[in-house]
Amino acid sequence: MLKYLVKRVLWMIPLLIGISLISFFIMHLAPGDITNNEAAFNPKASEESRQKLRELYNLDKPVIVQYGLWLKRMGTLDFGNSFASHQKPVFWQTTDKDGNVTKGMIQEALPITLMINILGLIITLTLAIPLGIIAARKYTLWQDKSITLFNFIGFSIPGFWLSLLLMYWLGVMNNWLPISGLHSINYESMDTWSKVKDSISHLILPVIIPSVTGLAGITLFVKNGMLDVFHQDYITTARAKGLSEHKVVYTHALRNALLPLITIIGLSIPGLIGGSVIAETIFAIPGMGKLFFDSVLMRDFPVIMGILTIGSALTLIGNLLADLAYAWADPRVRRGVVRK
Amino acid sequence: MNKLNAFLLKSSLSVFCAIFIASCGKPTLDTTDYNKIYPSQTGGTLIDATIGEPSGLIYMVAGESAAAAISGNIFNKLLKYDKNLDLEGELAESWLISADQKTITFKLKPNLKWADGKPLTSQDVLFTWKLVIDEKTRSPYASDYQLVKNAEAPDANTFIVSYDQAYAPALDSWSGLQILPKHLLEKQDIHTTAFARNPIGSHYYKLDSWTHGENLKLSRNALSVLGPANIDKLVTRIIPDNSAQFLELMADNIDSMGLDPIKYSRIIPARPELQKKLALYKELGNSYTYLGFNLKHKPFDDVRVRKAINYAIDKQEIIDGVYLGLGINIASPYKPGTRWSNPDLKPYPYDVAKAKALLKEAGFADSDGDGILERDGKPFAFEIITNQNKEREKSAVLIQRRLKDVGIDVQIRAIEWASFISRFIKTGDFDVVVLGWGLGLDPDQFSIWHSSQNQPGQFNFINYNNPKIDALLEQGRLELNPEKRMKVYHEFAKVLLEDSPIVYLSAGYGLTAIHKRVKGISSPAPPAGIGYNSEQWYIPQPLRRVETGRNEIAEK
Amino acid sequence: MNKALFKRALSNPLAMVGFIIIVSVFILAMLAPFISPYDPNDIDVKAILLGPSWQHWMGTDGLGRDVLSRMLHGGRISLLVGLVAVGIATAIGIVLGAISGYYRGWVDTFIMRLVDVMLSIPSFFLILAVIAFLTPSIWNIMIVIGLTSWMGVTRLVRAEFLSLSGREFVLASRTLGAKDARLIFTHLLPNSLTPIIVSAVLGVAGAVLMESGLSFLGLGVQAPQASWGNILTDGKEYIQFAWWLSLFPGLAILITVLGYNLLGEGLRDALDPRSNNK
Repeated sequence: MLKYLVKRVLWMIPLLIGISLISFFIMHLAPGDITNNEAAFNPKASEESRQKLRELYNLDKPVIVQYGLWLKRMGTLDFGNSFASHQKPVFWQTTDKDGNVTKGMIQEALPITLMINILGLIITLTLAIPLGIIAARKYTLWQDKSITLFNFIGFSIPGFWLSLLLMYWLGVMNNWLPISGLHSINYESMDTWSKVKDSISHLILPVIIPSVTGLAGITLFVKNGMLDVFHQDYITTARAKGLSEHKVVYTHALRNALLPLITIIGLSIPGLIGGSVIAETIFAIPGMGKLFFDSVLMRDFPVIMGILTIGSALTLIGNLLADLAYAWADPRVRRGVVRK
Repeated sequence: MNKLNAFLLKSSLSVFCAIFIASCGKPTLDTTDYNKIYPSQTGGTLIDATIGEPSGLIYMVAGESAAAAISGNIFNKLLKYDKNLDLEGELAESWLISADQKTITFKLKPNLKWADGKPLTSQDVLFTWKLVIDEKTRSPYASDYQLVKNAEAPDANTFIVSYDQAYAPALDSWSGLQILPKHLLEKQDIHTTAFARNPIGSHYYKLDSWTHGENLKLSRNALSVLGPANIDKLVTRIIPDNSAQFLELMADNIDSMGLDPIKYSRIIPARPELQKKLALYKELGNSYTYLGFNLKHKPFDDVRVRKAINYAIDKQEIIDGVYLGLGINIASPYKPGTRWSNPDLKPYPYDVAKAKALLKEAGFADSDGDGILERDGKPFAFEIITNQNKEREKSAVLIQRRLKDVGIDVQIRAIEWASFISRFIKTGDFDVVVLGWGLGLDPDQFSIWHSSQNQPGQFNFINYNNPKIDALLEQGRLELNPEKRMKVYHEFAKVLLEDSPIVYLSAGYGLTAIHKRVKGISSPAPPAGIGYNSEQWYIPQPLRRVETGRNEIAEK
Repeated sequence: MNKALFKRALSNPLAMVGFIIIVSVFILAMLAPFISPYDPNDIDVKAILLGPSWQHWMGTDGLGRDVLSRMLHGGRISLLVGLVAVGIATAIGIVLGAISGYYRGWVDTFIMRLVDVMLSIPSFFLILAVIAFLTPSIWNIMIVIGLTSWMGVTRLVRAEFLSLSGREFVLASRTLGAKDARLIFTHLLPNSLTPIIVSAVLGVAGAVLMESGLSFLGLGVQAPQASWGNILTDGKEYIQFAWWLSLFPGLAILITVLGYNLLGEGLRDALDPRSNNK
């Protein structure tokens, strides 16, 4: 087990290097650089001052030298400072000589995106597992068909369109939910209970809308998994032994059907992180997706590199955790009977 | 089975449509009468929104418009423009221009203080000047101040600058530099200092808090050098999507928002519940939209071709169709109605016959009968590029159709800003652009039209080169007598119009909706725009947001 | 084999609905130049933002253009983006998967590691960055979506090849001295075609949605060319007022993507040996 773990962790290093190479290559497709952003397009700005900028950021050096410099700093987890946002550190906070702490951009954005996605995942799973079980038990009956259709409709709606409709309906017309943002403006002056209520009400739409679109895949997965298990010998045996259908489904079948779900969740991490761009833009949430999109538009290379690398590293860690969880949950893997 | 599925499909679609239609209904009723008149009073909170978050609040290095809007409430300048766009003192009590017109002596008002209680003196002004021209400071605005040969602060209230030769835009430039506190910034790196996120200024407001990605809160500065403002708190929310911003405006969670012509003249007037609480303002901005030719590319080097295109474009149609009448047809690159705008010039009329005649004169003819003109066997076709701005895109579509009428084949591409600038403008790899210029209040347009300003990244990217214009621009910079200076720029606009290096499409209005709870706003807008007296705006107690429910602000 | 599969798939009612949707949408898009009541770029500044009426069934947009005509023409673009993007992804996937599954060894290892790398980068980030940097155009969008979504097909083809190459008929032709190319093209590929088709059908659905998402961010098909994504984005600011500007493209995307998903899942079900039992 330990050997397996060490091997898996070591495996991540070449993958990370591959990821950083691809990211670096993509960034240099860009003809523009930081000196071209809107702010710089002012009749009073001079080309001279832009040249100065370029030298400062090593943008005048060959790509390979820039990559080398970047890799060297990576060794110490130093992702550098943002070009565009007043030299804020990309990854983690720094403290200057006067003791002022500047928070890192990813440090601020990542917890928000993670929180929303984890909440979304919990909601998706709570809905998808029962729906999948119903669909499997009523396979090809109307319950199965309506669940499938309902899921597919959720999956097929352009998310931003659904968001805007719900924002108008729930936020403007009925004033049930806040429209955008993470907190009300007077958040700091609230008591604890109001703070909790406030945060929850702000999170409802941004958490639920992506879950609706993610539901279809997981439901289908649970359904297929259950169907597979239903045909296994041991279930037939269990049924033959006269166990109640309830017991067959919930103790024997479900357990085995849900195991592969762990892997699926691990694999869905990059999609969740990437999918946050539109939701975060529309709901005014300062998470990873919004940060990435802003950085792309500003050509803020250190931030783009930082997010691609950290986002991918998270995926790798997620997959690793999923594999470990799988090994823990499946005794055959744990005992080394089955190689994973 | 099939029937059931068809039913399911239908019913889920109709549920969906029901949500859609339900969402087109009436919002909840609000019975407050926002039109009632109240006396001026202090207190209250004004909430607005910004698309982008400022990178920092030191304007000389931040530079984006989001930063300008907020830092302008925190820092003072030496001079400012009044209601009628005449310069008056802000930190300066008076200023004196020497007889040779090369030296300006500013006298500061007495007993100025920073928000932290420390005195604000000419040393701070001198420090700010040194900072902006410092090699290590990467400011896009340095060039004006680099022309200052010498600056000194002989006593706490006096600041003297001298130039090598008379520089007419000098005073204007001192109405643009936000003065920073020396005692807090000395020995700091301007690009990394924590001051940018925690600034101390001297203006009406000070920064209370800045929640990254969410909002910036300002409150009144008790030591404000210009006296107290009426409104207690200014909150700027960061809402990156325009549609979400408009929803927040409708739900009464923000008080003001910039509008496009459709929202301004179609949507809000048609909705009684919005009309009831929102007041609409329009002000003529110092900006215009134009179609510019790459003068290095054939056939745009030929003035007849440029004029023909100018005649072939129906500007009134653009103003009516795109700006819904909220624009002005212009003939000089200045805000209509100001002294710099030459009243004798008339825009090119829409005249297809003249356009065709000029094109024929330039050697274009439709020799193969396909409806497109050719010269030397090559069809007259080009691409208009523009950035993703709805009004500009629409203008380009209208231009495309009008040019087709005279036999010119036009394609359009709208491109995201950063690529637009780097891929097309800087490389000079374009034929025709539709863009806009936002201008300062000084008439000097050296950087846009002078032939020396056509290096990559400079602003004469259309490569305009006219010795007559060069001479006029140089003359205008040296001329300090306003009457004479006006004549120079009137002549400049006349030559420019005749030469037609760009086609003026429209000077558009800035359109804003502000909640009617905010009183004291001048309407119609004076030349300086509605914001000139924002410190006198007030929100009467009964109209403030109340302290129940979710969207409220705690009132002190 | 494939004919039988289709028959079986279409006996599944949901798949049938999907199939009918897709065929209808395709016919409408193909016929766009003939059935559009107006030129999609025909401007009428006197008729901007009119609601649906007999003259304009789906109303007019901010320049007085007929929304129905723009929808029909935009449909061609949206479908084209979906098909070409998936075509590129599938082609890359088949080639890499075939090489990987047939030759195995270090080539296989290399390709599979490349797949791992690509799968761990959030692909929407990748697409966003590349399109923004290359300036958005319909070709760039198709190519980039294609280049970032081939990994699934690669794994699929490789797995099929691995399992097929152990089967008797492949072993038999190999011992009979069949050339690699012949083996791949006559035996292995045709036998792995069905899962590839399923994944391609589902892929188109994803690509159509992707285009609308990119349009929302301003990086989709560029105006004045119409696509469902950018008509929808154009209308989003007036969603509560000029509802026809966003309802129709929204529904068009919803229905088309739904059609592809239903068909894809129907095919997958039909493929699935389980459904034989029922």
